[in-house]
Amino acid sequence: MDITDEKLIKLKEKANNIRISLIEALITAGSGHTAGPLDMADIFTVLFFHTLRHNPQKPEWPERDRLVLSNGHICPVLYSTMAYAGYFPVEELKTLRKFGSRLQGHPHRDFLPMLESSSGPLGSGLSQAVGMALADKIDHGLTSERRIYALLSDGELECGQTWEAAMLAGKEKLQNLVVVVDRNNIQIDGYTENVMPLESLSDKWRAWNWHVIEIDGHNIEEIADAFEAAKAIFGKPTVIIAHTIAGCGVPEFERDYRWHGKPPNKEEGEVAIKELRTLGGKIRSEHQ
Amino acid sequence: MFDKDVEQASIRQGFGEGLLAAGEKNPQVVGLCADLTESTKMNLFSEKFPNRFIQMGVAEQNMASVASGLAAMGKIPFISSYAMFSPGRNWEQIRTTICYNDRPVKIAGSHAGVSVGPDGGTHQAIEDIALTRVLPRMIVLSPCDAIEAKKATLASVDTGTPVYIRLAREKTPVMTTELTPFEIGKAQIYWQSAKPQVGIVATGALLHRALLAAKELEEKGIEVEVMNLSTIKPLDEKALIELAKKVGKIVTVEEHQIRGGMGSAVAECLAKNFPVPMEFIGVDDLFGQSGTPDELIEHYGMDTKSIIKAVNKILKR
Repeated sequence: MDITDEKLIKLKEKANNIRISLIEALITAGSGHTAGPLDMADIFTVLFFHTLRHNPQKPEWPERDRLVLSNGHICPVLYSTMAYAGYFPVEELKTLRKFGSRLQGHPHRDFLPMLESSSGPLGSGLSQAVGMALADKIDHGLTSERRIYALLSDGELECGQTWEAAMLAGKEKLQNLVVVVDRNNIQIDGYTENVMPLESLSDKWRAWNWHVIEIDGHNIEEIADAFEAAKAIFGKPTVIIAHTIAGCGVPEFERDYRWHGKPPNKEEGEVAIKELRTLGGKIRSEHQ
Repeated sequence: MFDKDVEQASIRQGFGEGLLAAGEKNPQVVGLCADLTESTKMNLFSEKFPNRFIQMGVAEQNMASVASGLAAMGKIPFISSYAMFSPGRNWEQIRTTICYNDRPVKIAGSHAGVSVGPDGGTHQAIEDIALTRVLPRMIVLSPCDAIEAKKATLASVDTGTPVYIRLAREKTPVMTTELTPFEIGKAQIYWQSAKPQVGIVATGALLHRALLAAKELEEKGIEVEVMNLSTIKPLDEKALIELAKKVGKIVTVEEHQIRGGMGSAVAECLAKNFPVPMEFIGVDDLFGQSGTPDELIEHYGMDTKSIIKAVNKILKR
C-alpha cells in the first residue's frame, strides 16, 4: 500500500506531535529515557497510523496484529503514539511515571491492559513475539495474514536470549514475524561498538535464516515499504534494521549516548519543544 | 503401602500421563521442552500431538518467554526441563514474562531433590520451591507420587495462573489411588491417630518415609498425624492451623533446602496464627553430590530414622 503525498505530510506531522508530547511527558515525570523514544517516533507512527491492523476502540479485537515492545524503557514513544491513535487521552501522558498512573515507568499490563506485554528487562521481547507467531502458525498455518511485530533496541542484542529466540524463529520459518531493530548505536554506558560490538549485524541475522532489510529509520516511505515488503517473504522471519539517529528531532540531543537514560530538565525540554515545533527553525511555531 | 514390594512409579511419569490426558481434553494445551523430552516424560504428549509440541533446544530462558507469548494468544503452554534449569536458570524470565505479565504458563521441573542421584549436585534442584513460592500469582505444587502428579498436572490446566509442578526422577512408592481426593490448595491427612502428640507435614515422595516413621513410632507408643502438603502455594492455612492446635508440635519434611522451602512456608503461617515448636527436615544449607538416592537421602538427614529422631527431639521441647 503506497503512501500518498497527502498522507505522508499527515504522518510527518503526527510523528512530530508524538515527539513533542513525549518530551512534555518526560519533563513532568522528571525521569525516564529520551533518546530512544525520539528516534523511534517515525517507526511508531508508521506502525500505528499505516501498517498495523488494530482498533483503538476495541483493543481486544482478536484478529488484530500484535506488537511487542521489547525495550520497555522507550515506552514514552509507545504511550504517546497510543494516545494519538485514540487508545487514551493525550492529556494522560502527563501522568507518566506517577503513582497510580496507567503509564508505568516500564509498561505493565496490570495497569494498562491494552498492552500486549509488560516489558523492561531487556532481551525477552523477541521470545514472546516468537511465541505469539508460533501460536498463530499452529492455529492458521501458512495462510495467516496476521503479523506479529517485535521492536528491539540494538543494545539488547547483547542479551543471549535474543539469539536463542532468533534461532527458533529461523528454524520454525516464522514468516508472520517482523522484527525492527532500532540501530541508534547507543546504550547507557556508551556507543554500542565500544561497549560490545554488534557488527556485522545483518550477517548475524542472515545466519539464523532471517530475511534482512536495512532502512533509514526516519524515512516514512522507506519504513512503510519495508513493512509491506516483509509481507511478501515466504518461509522466513524478517528483520528490519532501522538506522536511526539517537534523539532524532532535537539537534541538542542527537547522537549523544548520555541522553539514553535521562530526561530533559525544564529548560532543555523547552529548547527541544521549540526545535520540534519549528522543525529545527524551518517554520514559525504557532506558539511563538 | 508399607510392604517392601510396594508398587513404584516415577513422579515425572505421572506428569507425562497427565499432560497427555490434558492434551486430549483441551486442544489449547501445547508442550515445550528444552532437549529433555523423554527425560521429563513430555514425549508422551509430543508423540501424540507433534503439531502442538515445540522443541526448544537447550534454551530454557527462551522457552519461558516463548511460552508467555503462546499464552498471550490463548494457548495453555506446559514447559519442561530439569528444575535446576527451569525454574532455576530462567527464573527472571518466569518472574517478568510469565508472572508479572500475568500469563498462565505451567512449569514442570523434573529431577528435583538430591534423589536425582549419580548426576551429582549440579543437577539436583533443592532451591526450586523457594524460587517459585516467592513469585506473585504462582501456584506451587509438589505431588507425592505418580498418581497425584497426574492429577496435579490435569488440575493445573484450568487455574488461569502460572503453576509450578515439582517432579522427581526416581521411581518412588505409589501411596494414592485414582480415588484419593486431590484439590489445589487442600492439604490431606494421610495418617491419623486417636491422640496425636506431633504433626508431620511432608511434601513430595518423602511423604512415604514420613508414613514409615509414623508406623514405627506408633509401634513404640508415640502417636503422630501425617499431612500431605502437595500444594505449597496457596497454603492450606486452615488445615495447618487446625493440625497445630490439635498436636501442638510440628515437624516438616521436604527434599529441599530448609531455608525458604515448604517448612518455611508452614512456619510463616503458624508463627502468625498459632505458634508451636517446629523441627525442619531438609537440606541444611549444603549442595548435593553423587550417590544412590537412598545414600543421599540418609546423608542429608531426610530418611525415616532422621524423621523419627526429629519427632523424639520435639517431644522433649
